Amino acid sequence: MPLEIAQRVDAKGLACPMPIVKTAQAVKSMTSGQLLEVLATDAGSTKDFAAWCKTTGNELVESSVEGGVYRFVLRRK
Amino acid sequence: MDEPINLVLFSGTDDKLQAAAVMTAGAAALGRRVNIFLQYWALDAFRKDRIGAGRGLSAEAGESGAALVAAAAQAGQAPWHETLRQAKDLGDVDIQACSLSMDVLKIEEGDLDPLVDGVEGVTAFYLNAGDGHIVFI
Repeated sequence: MPLEIAQRVDAKGLACPMPIVKTAQAVKSMTSGQLLEVLATDAGSTKDFAAWCKTTGNELVESSVEGGVYRFVLRRK
Repeated sequence: MDEPINLVLFSGTDDKLQAAAVMTAGAAALGRRVNIFLQYWALDAFRKDRIGAGRGLSAEAGESGAALVAAAAQAGQAPWHETLRQAKDLGDVDIQACSLSMDVLKIEEGDLDPLVDGVEGVTAFYLNAGDGHIVFI
């Protein structure tokens, strides 16, 4: 079943800390339960997203990489 | 993880200011309060009449380092003051000028960019730092 993405952040080409900064900005404007998809190319992304979700209590629903592009889906707490 | 992150900025080169800005933005994104204390050459970099100007790099960068940093900027990395502005919009970031450095460098509060929230001495900085880590950049 495809996920219903409420908002998307394209952070491809952005270096640390911008993918996380843009994610945090987007999450601020979202309501609880909504899904956010983030695309990034920064090599540190996977660990950064897992750490950010763990610290802020937003659930990391999906984490994948394809062709150098990381894709994260998180659920706004 | 409730303690603030406290950064004392001493160096005013672009690389060190960028490093400080990245650490600030990362903390702000995690919902942690950041207290920044500007001393000496970092304080000088926040003068509003020159905040956009290049500040050069620390000596250890050398020529090859300078080329790499220039390439990163070309690739679209935001300058340190822009990263700091975004960090302030995103979270709880307080930037204070060290009153002693203001005296030594003969800077008045009106000379500083609006990024700076006020002037304080080391005692107030330590009070606000609480049990949080203090990092010197």
